[in-house]
Formats: sequence, C-alpha cells, structure tokens
Amino acid sequence: MSSIKIELRQEDVNKIKEICSSFRNDPQELINVLHKCQEHFGYLPAEIQEVISDELEVPLAKVYGVVTFYSFFTMTPKGKHPVSICMGTACYVRGAEKVMDEFKKELGLQVGQTTKDGKFSLSSLRCVGACGLAPVVMIGDKTYGRVAPDDVRNILKEYE
Amino acid sequence: MEKVKLTIDNKPIEIPKGTTINKAARQLGIEIPTLCYMQLHDLNIENKPAGCRICVVEVQDRRNLAPSCATNCEEGMVIKTHSTRVLNARRTVMEFILSDHPKDCLICPKSGNCELQTMAHQLGIREIPGEEIASTSTYRKDTSPSIIRDLDKCILCRRCEMMCNTVQTVGALSAINRGFMATVAPAFEQNLEHSTCTYCGQCVAVCPTGALTEVDHTPDVLRALADPAKTVIVQTAPAVRAALGELFGMEPGTLVTGKMVTALRELGFDYVFDTDFAADLTIMEEGTELLDRLKRHLNGDRSARLPILTSCCPGWVNFFEEYYPDLKDIPSTAKSPQQMFGAIAKTYFADKINVSRKDLVVVSIMPCLAKKYECQREEFSSDGNRDVDFSISTRELAAFIKQANIDLNNLKNGEFDAPLGESTGAGVIFGATGGVIEAACRTAYEIFTGKKLERIDFTELRGLEGVRAATIDFDGLPLNIGIAHGLGNARNLLDEVRSGRSQFHAIEVMACPGGCIGGGGQPLHHGNSEIIKARAAALYNEDRGKPLRKSHQNPFIIKLYEEFLGKPNSEKAHHLLHTKYFDKKKKIIVKQ
Repeated sequence: MSSIKIELRQEDVNKIKEICSSFRNDPQELINVLHKCQEHFGYLPAEIQEVISDELEVPLAKVYGVVTFYSFFTMTPKGKHPVSICMGTACYVRGAEKVMDEFKKELGLQVGQTTKDGKFSLSSLRCVGACGLAPVVMIGDKTYGRVAPDDVRNILKEYE
Repeated sequence: MEKVKLTIDNKPIEIPKGTTINKAARQLGIEIPTLCYMQLHDLNIENKPAGCRICVVEVQDRRNLAPSCATNCEEGMVIKTHSTRVLNARRTVMEFILSDHPKDCLICPKSGNCELQTMAHQLGIREIPGEEIASTSTYRKDTSPSIIRDLDKCILCRRCEMMCNTVQTVGALSAINRGFMATVAPAFEQNLEHSTCTYCGQCVAVCPTGALTEVDHTPDVLRALADPAKTVIVQTAPAVRAALGELFGMEPGTLVTGKMVTALRELGFDYVFDTDFAADLTIMEEGTELLDRLKRHLNGDRSARLPILTSCCPGWVNFFEEYYPDLKDIPSTAKSPQQMFGAIAKTYFADKINVSRKDLVVVSIMPCLAKKYECQREEFSSDGNRDVDFSISTRELAAFIKQANIDLNNLKNGEFDAPLGESTGAGVIFGATGGVIEAACRTAYEIFTGKKLERIDFTELRGLEGVRAATIDFDGLPLNIGIAHGLGNARNLLDEVRSGRSQFHAIEVMACPGGCIGGGGQPLHHGNSEIIKARAAALYNEDRGKPLRKSHQNPFIIKLYEEFLGKPNSEKAHHLLHTKYFDKKKKIIVKQ
C-alpha cells in the first residue's frame, strides 16, 4: 500500500459527500466520483476512498481496485513541481529512458513517488505531441526539449 | 423460446438462443476444459470472467478463437472444440500461466487436488518454453486466523472475488492493479485480518490452485496427542460425517460416522465425542430464548425484539458484527455448538474425569474455516486457556488420517464415547440449511404447546432455495420462519429487519451456500452442486434412522441440566453457554 496516512478534516469529508451526492450516490458513478475527488484534492488517499466507499455503498476493496487499475488515479500527492518524462516511441528511441534514470537518481525517486519535502514528483507520460523535440520532459506547464542526461541537474537547479 | 441449430464437433444440436457454447457442448457430453469458469447450478452461482482462455474453441469463418464460456451459440455455427489450432492455443495459454507460477507442487497444500496441476497434466505440458527468461511476480504471503493467501499461486480466475462479492456480499476481496501486478486482494492490500472478511472460506472452497488455503492446525493437534500429560478429546460437527468419505473415494453422500469415530480413536484421541450433543444443547438454550422472547413479545413487551436470529454460524456472526452492529441485540445469545461443547468439556467433563482444564485439549473437526477464528475469540477462553484449543477442517482430518496410514474404507464402525457423544436426530441436521430451525421447532413446539409433535419432518423448511419462508402452526399460533443460506441472501433478510418490514418471528442463517455441508472446510466440490445435495440427503437419512429425534429427549442433556446446569437459560447456563456480540464495523476517523 503506497499511501500517506492522513486525517481528513470535517470540511473535507463534507466535500467528498457533496461530490458523491452530486452523482446521486450512485455506485455506477464510482469512476466519475473518483475523478472529481482527485480534481479537488489532488490525489486519492485511503481515507478519501473510505468515505467514498461508505457513501456509494461500494466495498472499499472495489474502490481500491478501481483506483489501482487506472494509472490516472494516484494515491500519493503530486509534488509542487511535477516532473513528467515522455516515454512515447519517438522520445524513447532518442534516449528518454536514460533521461528518466538520471531524474530517478537525482531526485532519489521511483516513478509515481514524491520527494519527502513535497517539492518534486516523478511520472512518465505518453507523447505530448512534440516529437520533433524528443526526448521531451515537462515540469509543471514548462516543456524542455532534446533533453540529455547531462542536462538534468541544471534543469532541476531552476527550481531550487 | 427461439432456438438455434449448430454443430459442435460434428454433432448437431438445437438449443435455446442465448445459451453459451460450453453449456451446449456439455449437453452433448463434451466437457470443454476451463480454469476460471464455474457453475453451481442449484445455488444459482456462476463465474464467467472469460479470463483464463483455456476454454477457447474454433468457430468456422471467425478469425479469432472464441472463449466458449462467454460466447453465445448462433444459428449455423460450426464449432470445433479440439482442432489442432485449439489445442495449440490451449497449450500456449497454459504455458504462459505456468511461466508465472511457482513449481513447488511437492509441498503445496493443494497438490493432488489442484485444478491447475490437473490441467497441466491433461494438456500434457512437459516444459515451459522461455521459462528461464520469464519473470515471476511475487506477493507478500498473508496468514489470518483461518485463511492463508499465497498470491504467487493466483491465476486470476476471480472465482474468489465472485464468491466474496456477488454471493456473500462481503466485499473483502477485489481485483487490484493491472498487467503483471494484477492480483486479488483486500483494500489497500491489507491483511485479511484487517478487512471485512468473515472467514466463511467460500473463496478457499472455489480456488482452483493453492492461492487460498486454510491454516493447517494438524501439527498442533499431533503435538498435543504426543504429549503424555495431556488428555485430548475431539468433537465432530454433523456435516463432516456426510463428506469425509469423498476424500477416500466414496460416493458423495456416503455417511461415514462409525468409520470416522474409529479413525479418530486410532489417531490417539482419548475420547471421541460429537458436536451433535452440543447442537442438542444449543436447541435447549436457543429454543428457550426464542419462546421467552416470543411470549414477552405477544404480551406486549416492547423490549422483546423479534425476529430472533440463529447464532451457530461463526461466519454469519462475523458478518452481522461488521455490517449490522445496530442489530446486534437481535441474534440469539446462545454460543455455537462448537463453543458450547468446549465450555461444557472444560468444566463439567474435566471435573468428571479429574483433569485440570489446562491439561485437557479440546479439538474440533469442522466443515468450516470460520470456526478456527471463532475458537480464538478472546471471550471463549478462561485465563488464556481456550475452551476449544484447535479446530481442524474436514480436509485436514482426511489428510491427517492418510498421514497416519489409516485405511478409512476398511475400518469397523465405532461408537461415540459417553457422555458428550450422545445426540438426537435434531443435532444431526444442524449441518444443512434449514436444519437448525427445524431442530428448534421440534423442541419449541412441544415445550410451547405441551403437546406431542406428531409430524417430526418439517419438509417445508428444507431445500436449496436461497431464501425460504414457512409458517409453522404452533397449536393455533402461526410462527413465521425465515431461512437464508449464503450471506448475500442473509443480507436481504437483515435489510428487511432493519427497515421494520420483516414479518418473521425467527430466522436461521448459515453463511455458506447449502449450509455447513457446503462449508469452506469441506472436500472441494469443484463446481458440482449435486455433491452438496447428496451430503444434505445423507444428514436427513441419519436423522431418520435415529431412535430419538428431538433435542429435549436426549437423555444426557436431561441429566446435564439436572446435575449441572439447572434449567435452560439459568444463570449458570448463561454464564457458560451464552455470549455477546461486538460492533466491529470499521470506522473512519474524522478530525474535527
């Protein structure tokens, strides 16, 4: 289980309940409810899933099953500067994997993890439509093209 | 109904539209092999995720092979179930499954009874191409009080998930993750112990591999038997005698009561007793409680809530403690027969034979995995010494008998020891759905009306319908009885009780489909519900053959009350034979 233990405030619980009731607490709407909750909270820790399970009367194991099935859903909060490395075909053949390895090394993270200080998170994505710039890295809204492993340290310096 | 004509393996068949290919083939006597598909016809249970792809068949003019469990028959189809293309595909699928499966068959608890092993043998797999480069997924092994999850052996057939969610509505297990990491687990991959699991064991009962098995307590029993300082006694649940023979090649429904007693004696137990005796005792306590509540209710006492719910089944107790804690004062407070036996054995009987309770080891043979958890509940022990020390399943007993090189088939019939071995027919039928409430009616009727019950067989309470209702005439008072087996069916009845719509005076619930005869600790039925029916018939046969068939006629029960307990529901009986229930609903901690 890769989640951070959190305690929900009453207003958070109310927000989740509000989202559930906006979908008539319909168990069929589980995925939509999860989308809305992640949109609001940024991620879906266990505690949020528990409230959703109770409200929609869907077994908690099922909720967790759906969250872990779709790569879009995440149980860890994204960092302040989310780092995404494109692993699409064009980027991959131009060395995205080596770039990814360098980010892993520099940040001490695996894909899907966030640094302890909450500053950076690491993920991979599939094609941002800028194949001419391969390999492509995105940090927040900013795009970096033709990234080589040697560039990684300098790129991260911009965010210190 | 619209019908379609087609041929399967050159045999013509006409069949209702909407029938799947595997079912049509079965009508022609063709068994298409499968690992995930499972149907328990009489219990309305079907699993067809089309996940294993072993059951693929070739449909003429179709590009792809079709999974026969999830493809409907269509007009004019020409189907081949064992063309070379099909056989090659099956082999390839099997090789892929095996490439990510441990090869420790020699010491796997499922060895010899494993559907995957059987299939590998049937398909003649002798090597796994590319095995040396194939990676294998590994998961943490999870041991709970009753069930072991060894997900390295999971083939994702999802039968357990179907049982846990669709049939039992427990929702402890779900498919999680995707791709190579996909498996079946409780929420947040916690241990079963921290999930909503009731330990009913139905996941274990349908698992085709060694991924889900029971915790084996036979080594503990063996240690106790080997200890000269211990007096070791054993109790056997009613459903065990109707199923044990299956594991020794006998026809389903063969009663092996006498042979089982002899086998247990040969294994070295000092006394061989019968849980059926404790079932009779349960009827005295639960029946008295029912009549008491009924009378108070009829007299307008608002505190006497009805219906009364039976409490013999530990899976069911776990279920309502988790999901219906608001109704926890409705079930009978009577302990289960297993625990009543333990309580009497470690007090009354220990005194009789002059053995201290810590030197008396009580072993139970149960068709059940939840019983393992039940005997470990804190309230069922005294100064850390359990009333029932170890509970082993029918399957574990069979393995134990085989270990000891005892040939069950050729044993002479033995008799249970006195005094905790005496029972009536009412105790025997506890093992089948409807049996507990029928036994209760036999006794409650005579006590309530003061008249002799002429018709002992309440056939209206028997059967395999998931939810049943019957009205029994208590000499002018119509008593409404409800029966549910399978926790999903029980949930329906409980929702009615919660909303105040229930018209029942008493409800019997057994967690497992079919009752204890279909328990999670029984020989595996491998999807054949005829076996469950045969076991039920065996119990009703034994009941019919008993000279005494009403619990209150059991001479030892009468003596036990005279000598020791006083009368049913007395203070002493309450202390020893009754329990209370707890709110075990998982709570969300909210910071204000």
